[in-house]
Amino acid sequence: MTTAIAVRDGNIALGGRPVVRAVDLSVRGGEVVALLGSNGSGKTTLVRGLMGLVPWSSGDVHLLGTPQRNFNQWHRLGYVPQQGSANSGIPATVLEVVSAGRLSRRRLLLPLRRGDRDAVQAALRSVELQDRQHDAVGRLSGGQQQRVLIARALASEPDLLVLDEPNAGVDHHNQIGLAATLRPMVESGATVLLVLHEMGPLAELIDRVVVLRDGRVTYDGMPPDDDSLDEFHSHHHSQQQHDGTPLARGGPL
Amino acid sequence: MNILEYDFMVRALRAAAFTGLAAPAVGTYLVQRRLALMGDGIGHIAVTGVGLGLLTGQSPVLTAVIVTVLGATLIEVIRERGRTSGDVALALLFYGGIAGGVMVTGLAGGSAQSLHNYLFGSITTVSATDVWTVIALALVVIFLALGLAPQLFAVCQDEDFAKVAGLPVRFYTLLTSVMAAVTVTVAMRTVGLLLVSALMVVPVATAQQVTKGFKATILAAMALGALASLGGVVTSFYVDVAPGATIVLLALAGFVVAWPVGSMLQHRRRAAAPFEVDPGLPHLSVPEAHRHTHGEDCGHVAVRHGDHVDYVHDGHRHAHHDDHYDEH
Ligand SMILES: Nc1ncnc2c1ncn2[C@@H]1O[C@H](COP(=O)(O)OP(=O)(O)OP(=O)(O)O)[C@@H](O)[C@H]1O
Ligand SMILES: [Mg+2]
Ligand SMILES: [Zn+2]
Ligand SMILES: [Zn+2]
Ligand SMILES: [Zn+2]
Ligand SMILES: [Zn+2]
Repeated sequence: MTTAIAVRDGNIALGGRPVVRAVDLSVRGGEVVALLGSNGSGKTTLVRGLMGLVPWSSGDVHLLGTPQRNFNQWHRLGYVPQQGSANSGIPATVLEVVSAGRLSRRRLLLPLRRGDRDAVQAALRSVELQDRQHDAVGRLSGGQQQRVLIARALASEPDLLVLDEPNAGVDHHNQIGLAATLRPMVESGATVLLVLHEMGPLAELIDRVVVLRDGRVTYDGMPPDDDSLDEFHSHHHSQQQHDGTPLARGGPL
Repeated sequence: MNILEYDFMVRALRAAAFTGLAAPAVGTYLVQRRLALMGDGIGHIAVTGVGLGLLTGQSPVLTAVIVTVLGATLIEVIRERGRTSGDVALALLFYGGIAGGVMVTGLAGGSAQSLHNYLFGSITTVSATDVWTVIALALVVIFLALGLAPQLFAVCQDEDFAKVAGLPVRFYTLLTSVMAAVTVTVAMRTVGLLLVSALMVVPVATAQQVTKGFKATILAAMALGALASLGGVVTSFYVDVAPGATIVLLALAGFVVAWPVGSMLQHRRRAAAPFEVDPGLPHLSVPEAHRHTHGEDCGHVAVRHGDHVDYVHDGHRHAHHDDHYDEH
């Protein structure tokens, strides 16, 4: 399999301040990688850099085998922004928002085709919002709106799915639902990069964990084994060795 | 008197209908981007365009289109560059536009009346060629607003997502602004530059009182815009009032009517929305005896809850279970 994401010595500065610093990140096709780190550690910025939403000040970045600046296979990307809002100045139905996920595959001025509609319905089904599809997005709860945005990303049937805190505000039942949705995609070869604070039900899918601290990668390796998972995520855990790689002092999370 | 026996009224009705359709179509995207006052700004800039037309002897519609398109592009550039001072920069542009227009018109020796026609509209004096220009431009705007609806919707809804979907976001935002600029010039003869923004925004605000989706909103807004425009022209024919102002007042009247209807609909929709299904619900029977049986017309609101119906009874949700009611 090709490398889905390859960053060598990547740097991003926001407003003149270096935010992502000398990051090396390589994600193989079919891998599920969790990006962890405390608030402000640069996770969102790194992900936005990968999606081409903020410019890299230096570094060598490849997406799905293509240098990022020449990248144009947008239909192969799925992106769920952090705290994205499905809301705007005009009401929109759940169906309308999720259908926007097909835009990277649609031709100008042509209506949605059968395959498009099926993909949209499948995406709605997988986040269990099929029976709310004709409701206004603004009327849904925060967690439901988050699931709408996940469905929008799924609707394009992406090969590389990047989710920035997809489980923020989503209850346990629906976190299990997200894991169940991602599993068949991963099995059929999709690559997933997840920004997370708590791995929760997604833990069993995750092949690798990358921890950012102050814009630098401080840990890159196996997720901790099941027993220490909770400890790994508790905010006050003491210094510990995970798979031989020492974590930064004070805990990364 | 039959309004259709007068050529100038037929022309006015045609121009009004197309303006009324085009203005809210573009206005929907402006409102979606939370730029409801953009039409106003462009209207101010158009004054300079009209002034230049009067000065050079060119068609004021033509010069206004050119100047507003330039102005709209400049607004987008300012918005993109200077996030913080964008507001102030826009204001400067707006006031520069209107002051420049008044000055240029003065240089041209134009009477106050000629500028007045554009500021407040003078739909009954439009010439036959003007009407065709208005119709042609309005058709282009309507075609783009509806044909590119999926793309424009996505760009106005969530710019970041649209970029990752590979849409040329800058092109589409610029296109929206240019469409707004063209609409302003199209509408300046109908409602006038000072009120054109109202025709772009008010029908949209009215429509969204009662709609749930984007498509429904833009179509309803266009219908309302056309209704208000035609109504305004007809009214001004029978009663001696300014058509531009009448159009805007009618549109506002629509909003005032839709408001209570909207909140009632919303209330009803919310009351009737099915309750979430939670399979882990503990069994709780209702202790107090029921003097009546809940049913179709018992007077309590019935709401779907999974495979059965809950009755909203004194703030509780009661569901039939064997010989008693469950508290859900
Ligand atoms: N537009 C901006 N201009 C300047 N600095 C910014 C900007 N956006 C974010 N930053 C800074 O960049 C750093 C990293 O922010 P980022 O949003 O990437 O963090 P994060 O790891 O995603 O945090 P969280 O867990 O809270 O989502 C923070 O210190 C933040 O203050
Ligand atoms: Mg973040
Ligand atoms: Zn009853
Ligand atoms: Zn019930
Ligand atoms: Zn009861
Ligand atoms: Zn019972």
